[in-house]
Amino acid sequence: MTSDYQTVIGLEVHCQLKTKSKIFCGCTTQFGAAPNYNTCPVCLGMPGVLPVLNAEVLRYALRLGLALNCNIRMSSRLARKNYFYPDLPKGYQISQFDEPILEGGSVQIAVNDAEQMVALTRIHIEEDAGKLVHCGDRNESHVDYNRAGLPLLEIVSEPVMHTSDEAVAYLKAVHNIVQYIDICDGHMEQGSFRCDANVSIRPVGVDTLGTRTELKNLNSFNHVKRAIDYEISRQIDWVESGEAVVQETRLWDEKNSRTRPMRGKEEAHDYRYFADPDLLPVVVPDALLNEVRESLPELPEQRRQRYISDYELTPYDSAVLTSDKTYGPYFESVCSSGIPAKIAANWVQGELLGRLNADGKTIETSPIGSVVLGQILKRVVDGTISGKQAKRVFQRVYSGEDVEQVLADVGEQLNDPAALCPIIDKILDAHPKEVAVYLGGKTKTAGYFVGQVMRETQGNANPGVVNRLITELLENRRSAE
Amino acid sequence: MDCYSGIKQVRSELLSGDVKATERTKAALKRVHALEPLLHSFVTIDDDGALERAQEIDADVAAGRDPGPLAGVVVAVKDNIVTKGLRTTASSRMLEQYVPVFDGHVVEKLSQAGAVIVGKTNMDEFAMGSSTENSAFFATSNPWDTDCVPGGSSGGSAAAVASGQVTVGLGSDTGGSIRQPAALCGIVGVKPTWGRVSRYGLIAYASSLDQIGPMGRTVEDCAILLQAIAGFDANDATSVDVEVPNYAAALNGGVEGLRIGVPEQYFGDGTDPEVSQAIQTALDSMEAAGAHIQPVSLPTTEHCLASYYVIAPAEASSNLSRYDGVRFGHRADVDEIAAMISQSRAEGFGAEVKRRIMLGTYALSAGYYEAFYGKAQRVRTLIRDDLARALDTVDVLATPTSPIPAFGLGEHVSDPLSMYLMDVCTLSANLAGIPALSQPCGFTSAGLPVGLQWLGRAFDESTLFRVAAAYEAQTRWHHRHPSLEIAS
Repeated sequence: MTSDYQTVIGLEVHCQLKTKSKIFCGCTTQFGAAPNYNTCPVCLGMPGVLPVLNAEVLRYALRLGLALNCNIRMSSRLARKNYFYPDLPKGYQISQFDEPILEGGSVQIAVNDAEQMVALTRIHIEEDAGKLVHCGDRNESHVDYNRAGLPLLEIVSEPVMHTSDEAVAYLKAVHNIVQYIDICDGHMEQGSFRCDANVSIRPVGVDTLGTRTELKNLNSFNHVKRAIDYEISRQIDWVESGEAVVQETRLWDEKNSRTRPMRGKEEAHDYRYFADPDLLPVVVPDALLNEVRESLPELPEQRRQRYISDYELTPYDSAVLTSDKTYGPYFESVCSSGIPAKIAANWVQGELLGRLNADGKTIETSPIGSVVLGQILKRVVDGTISGKQAKRVFQRVYSGEDVEQVLADVGEQLNDPAALCPIIDKILDAHPKEVAVYLGGKTKTAGYFVGQVMRETQGNANPGVVNRLITELLENRRSAE
Repeated sequence: MDCYSGIKQVRSELLSGDVKATERTKAALKRVHALEPLLHSFVTIDDDGALERAQEIDADVAAGRDPGPLAGVVVAVKDNIVTKGLRTTASSRMLEQYVPVFDGHVVEKLSQAGAVIVGKTNMDEFAMGSSTENSAFFATSNPWDTDCVPGGSSGGSAAAVASGQVTVGLGSDTGGSIRQPAALCGIVGVKPTWGRVSRYGLIAYASSLDQIGPMGRTVEDCAILLQAIAGFDANDATSVDVEVPNYAAALNGGVEGLRIGVPEQYFGDGTDPEVSQAIQTALDSMEAAGAHIQPVSLPTTEHCLASYYVIAPAEASSNLSRYDGVRFGHRADVDEIAAMISQSRAEGFGAEVKRRIMLGTYALSAGYYEAFYGKAQRVRTLIRDDLARALDTVDVLATPTSPIPAFGLGEHVSDPLSMYLMDVCTLSANLAGIPALSQPCGFTSAGLPVGLQWLGRAFDESTLFRVAAAYEAQTRWHHRHPSLEIAS
């Protein structure tokens, strides 16, 4: 809908860090334990306990700050955000307020081939809260503190996005980067990568921001897109009908495909932030910053540029092959066995990812490793099997058969004219009308016969050889006329 | 066996086989039970745990194992320091049934040093108060006059030490809570430098001010006890990783050439003349012993009270948020969650705790933060600078610990502000994070003890021990003990 309104979107992303232990105690961060199993006096907030910052958290924050070109605060403060909720053991969340560790920075995105930078406001360190489990039928709520004290980085963007596509592109880019730098496993369904969206609309041409709503419960990229789209049209309808948008938190209701106000009373929270006296300022030693800078892996954008320049891939192929950190190493490994980059790129994007996605598998759980795929493609490159044969080999090996065995079964493709000529002659004899058309001057129809031969040979013929022989035999018939 | 023996005496009698740990512990428990109806020093007495521990010590001695520097020493621990398996209430209804699942760092240290903990001492609820009358359970009496308060908030430990129920005790000091009761009960109390002793296991009142410290009848006992509990602890991010010197070595240093500063602002109109006189006499004797006494000025002193009573309640309002009835502590019998939390807190906390939570919540609120908390923090910086400047020119400062001696039970309960004024001499050390020591320096005509306070540079507890030991060596105050009627 082209509209008289411009949408403004800002995202808050919570990414759970892959540290072994929680942010302020030694409890494990492993997902899936029995409720309250991964807890101790510290993360339960028992009387007398004190927090001690996990040094890895600082390291991870620096990685992200360097990856996103943020300004790094060399001495930041952890602060207490005070509010009561049963999932919050201490009655306050340790977070950062007026002195966050990272500010500024940006994320590069591309929507419809148009590249743009999304500016960041800040990124800060904080601890996660526990989880309430409601047993509606028994009218009870239970609390699970396994998640309490997991380390988070909250990434706050500027309100600079204008469509749900931009928001999703931004979210995917952030999701990709945190996995490239290995600080977050990115499992949205497990909540280790979460997103809230602030959405507002304003008449086109107006500079001030409209009243925003905050959307929560966005557990997938798809939810993010649909929730934002729904919210935009809801706000426009609301304003068009003469009402003002109410500032509130709304939950995405997946079942009914709509957003609805969060239940319970909407209170204006006064979090009474103040520097946590139990924790010293978070100081970044120069040596640590240098060490993290030097150990920073290649980022998606750097890799994309490298694929364009070193592998001569198209920008599109490069973007696909860098959209997940596992694709690149696989692709490069295939290339390293002597496969031309374009062929390797096509196979990884096409056969491999197509099949993996269809099966809900990933590169890491792929039944075909990069070495085996290289082995198959080598036979295509040296002409001993056809592309069509290779696809059949791929599927059989994917299903668990031994690659050597399958390659031996398939044998070599038909290159021998002595074997191919009788087949071609038979086909030409069977299609006198088509032969006449060809001989009448429409030589491009030769392709029709190639297709017939390939079918007849179940794809085992070498299409190049078949093409040459068909032209020869047809021309022979012309001379014979 | 003398119930007033010091740590060294106890240890040597143990090692020589004259007095076994079990014998001393039994005697101590007997005295504790006998004095309890009179003084009410303890919230919880751990007869079984103490005897069991004493038996282990005796077994160590019998087997020739080193039983530790506090071997067989009977200790009382303030009830805001958590003890595994032993009820820890902070003298609050909120934690009346609370049994911790871990030992505080200092408790572990005491245990390693061979001490025997006989019980948990009464205090002002969550350490908020200066008389121990804010205990949710009962008030503690001053052994020198049972109609008087022992001071607070570590009043239970002070009374237990002063009356010879235990050899030494642990207290906590947020604005004077070790030193003021030590002064009012005629014993020695030390608030170490903030960061010197781990706070892990101390139920927080105001984290940036809280510090655990020793209480004993002599400077030497306090030095030995601090030695045992001081030092870096990886579980407390604010504990400082600096070497702990040998405090016993400081005890014989003397005061020849020591520069003692006397800040005029600590001798204001509210100071009892008998207190001023006792301090002056003490200083004269130090001068005679070779110290240089010089006046210093600490112009920020008058702002300590205001700064403290914004910062401490602000931190408390946050520290006490965890008492919501969800995981531990008192839970009101209400179904709806928000109502359950507020009703649990309404029932579980006493009046003074609620007052400070409200003060602190207000001070941190949006729109008031700068005017209160922000300003109080800036004032705190000025106070710290002021003290640092003074301690550049002198080695220690000498002041009264409390402007007045022990006052009557009930005398100030209805007037919180007059109670807050009791802390006027002790707050600066907490705000600045520096160490301070209170020791007896005489008695009033009514027979109540007077306390002399020494303030030193950060991490320089040694100089405090040195000057206090030198003064103590000249006096007999620490040999006087209260006369107590023990019910048979």
